[in-house]
Amino acid sequence: MTNPYVPILVMMGVAGVMALGGVAASAIIGPKRYNRAKLEAYECGIQPTPHAVGGGRFPIKYYLVAMTFIIFDIEVVFLYPWAVNFTELAMFGLVAMMGFLFLITVPFVYEWRRGGFEWE
Amino acid sequence: MTGGFTAPQIDWAQLAPIIIVLGAGVVGVLVEAFVPRGVRRNVQLALTLLASAGALIAVAALWSGVRETGGTSVVGGSILLDGPALVIQGVVAALTLIALLVVADRTETGESAFAPAAAAVPGSDYEQLARRAGLEQTEVFPLIMFAAGGMMIFPAAGDLLTMFVALEVLSLPLYLLSGLARRRRLLSQEAAMKYFLLGAFASAFFLFGVGLLYGFAGSVRLDAIAEATTTVVGLDPLMLAGVAMLLVGLLFKIGAVPFHSWTPDVYQGAPTPITGFMAACTKAAAFGALLRVVYVVVPSIVWDLRPALWAVVILTMAVGTLVALVQTDVKRILAYSAIAHTGFILTGVVALTSSGITSVLFYVLAYGAASIGIFAIVTLVREVGPDGVVLGEATHLSQWTGLGRSNPWLAVTFSLFLLSFAGIPLTAGFIAKFTAFSAAVEGGATPLAIAGAVASAIAVFFYVRIIVLMFFTDAPRAGDRTGAEVTVVKSEGLTTVAIALTALLTVLLGVFPSPVLDLMAQAAKFIP
Repeated sequence: MTNPYVPILVMMGVAGVMALGGVAASAIIGPKRYNRAKLEAYECGIQPTPHAVGGGRFPIKYYLVAMTFIIFDIEVVFLYPWAVNFTELAMFGLVAMMGFLFLITVPFVYEWRRGGFEWE
Repeated sequence: MTGGFTAPQIDWAQLAPIIIVLGAGVVGVLVEAFVPRGVRRNVQLALTLLASAGALIAVAALWSGVRETGGTSVVGGSILLDGPALVIQGVVAALTLIALLVVADRTETGESAFAPAAAAVPGSDYEQLARRAGLEQTEVFPLIMFAAGGMMIFPAAGDLLTMFVALEVLSLPLYLLSGLARRRRLLSQEAAMKYFLLGAFASAFFLFGVGLLYGFAGSVRLDAIAEATTTVVGLDPLMLAGVAMLLVGLLFKIGAVPFHSWTPDVYQGAPTPITGFMAACTKAAAFGALLRVVYVVVPSIVWDLRPALWAVVILTMAVGTLVALVQTDVKRILAYSAIAHTGFILTGVVALTSSGITSVLFYVLAYGAASIGIFAIVTLVREVGPDGVVLGEATHLSQWTGLGRSNPWLAVTFSLFLLSFAGIPLTAGFIAKFTAFSAAVEGGATPLAIAGAVASAIAVFFYVRIIVLMFFTDAPRAGDRTGAEVTVVKSEGLTTVAIALTALLTVLLGVFPSPVLDLMAQAAKFIP
């Protein structure tokens, strides 16, 4: 009687051999002909630019966009299951959710008052 | 879907200390949004001081109920408000109150310990502009409130998920606060980065441990896991690995060897008032949570974990003490001393007796008060630039030479805290060490008590060395100095109050410890 987990182990072994073997084989027997283009950093379809002076900083606006996204993202993560179980959770769920929505609005208000939405 | 949901009954009054502090954090964010810049700092200071005082009063109000009933389970068992949890909440509230005074102080230079615009590139023109405009990051106040709120939930968590959420709520603001120092910006940012990366790593360990224990017990509740350790057979490796990973996460937070490597860098890089806050309150909260895990979950498997725990305790005391001997930076010495003290407190934890709980509760209060006081003094000793402008803190040991002659009061208070750390009688530190070591002996961990006594004896050397340096070593003549000139700035008054309060606590707890010890002995019982 074989253990039902044996096929899974075999599967994992095969996956490991495929993954590592492919890399190893191409490293050992693959041809290596370098040219300038191959050695450059990969940029999707545009010319790679050298690092900006001062460590390649980018505008902080993008960071704010990401932060705002997280506020709404977290909100939606909880809103979906709440909406699905709305009837069952009843009043308790409604009050808890309103409390959560209020709390998540607080950082949003902070961002708005501090000018986080002004692009220029 | 057929109904499995029943709304939990929530006894809001039991949660009052937590709600007050977290509520002050939320209001603090709104203050940042709507109150004009000029008065923001004063509003924030008043709000946070009131909130911590309110939390302390709420803890006192809940005390008699907890003493009678032994504790209650709130929010369906997610929060367990029992003696140790309530005492830790009170300690965190009281120490946060004192730490806030140091945080708010701008000293006579008119500049707080925090960066005017923390997002600016260190050394850039924008940073200079922000400094000259007198900007202030008053966000530190709500951040401290959120951290304190997490610290109050952490020791009271009744299931591992609540504990994990509390761990993150207390950690995330601290990562940020570590990077806000006004001086030595790069060092501060490096400290924040290290703390964040290592902290996230430790949190991952904790969470993986929670996952394994859920697999083992089918529940994340501490009482269910404790029961499973005696009833479930055949899954011991899962349980041991889970508990071990859980302990890694907790031992990281208290800074025990081998999970201590962040401590010196973060203590040195963080703004000094925040270092004091972290040393006092984080340690208290994390020890509360560690106590709960060890006393509720571990007892039935203690023989499996004992060698590992003992090794951690002895290593922590040894590394903290021995490495502190060769440090030359005051903040780093205090960081390694914090590691050594973690080891001393751990002797009380692994004792696994009720007197062990008492000793840990007393120790975190005594150690926390002295920590806030000693780091508050460090904020006042400053370097002076060639043009007479007061710069950052003079933390190199040689710069403290002769301070006892120029500023006797400051040096005497500093020595008091050092003597308390060293465990000299008539200070709180002596009583704390004595109760911890005797609890260890009572719990059958005599070798740990002996190791602790030896480590304390060695530690006296570097504490006394600083005192000798301040009082009995001649200050080098002006021409001989290698570093910048040193001065002691006057505080706005807030830091002075904080130092006086902590010094008073250190002496009172050392001379009349019995009321507090009795109180904590009454509290030393976990509800499952």
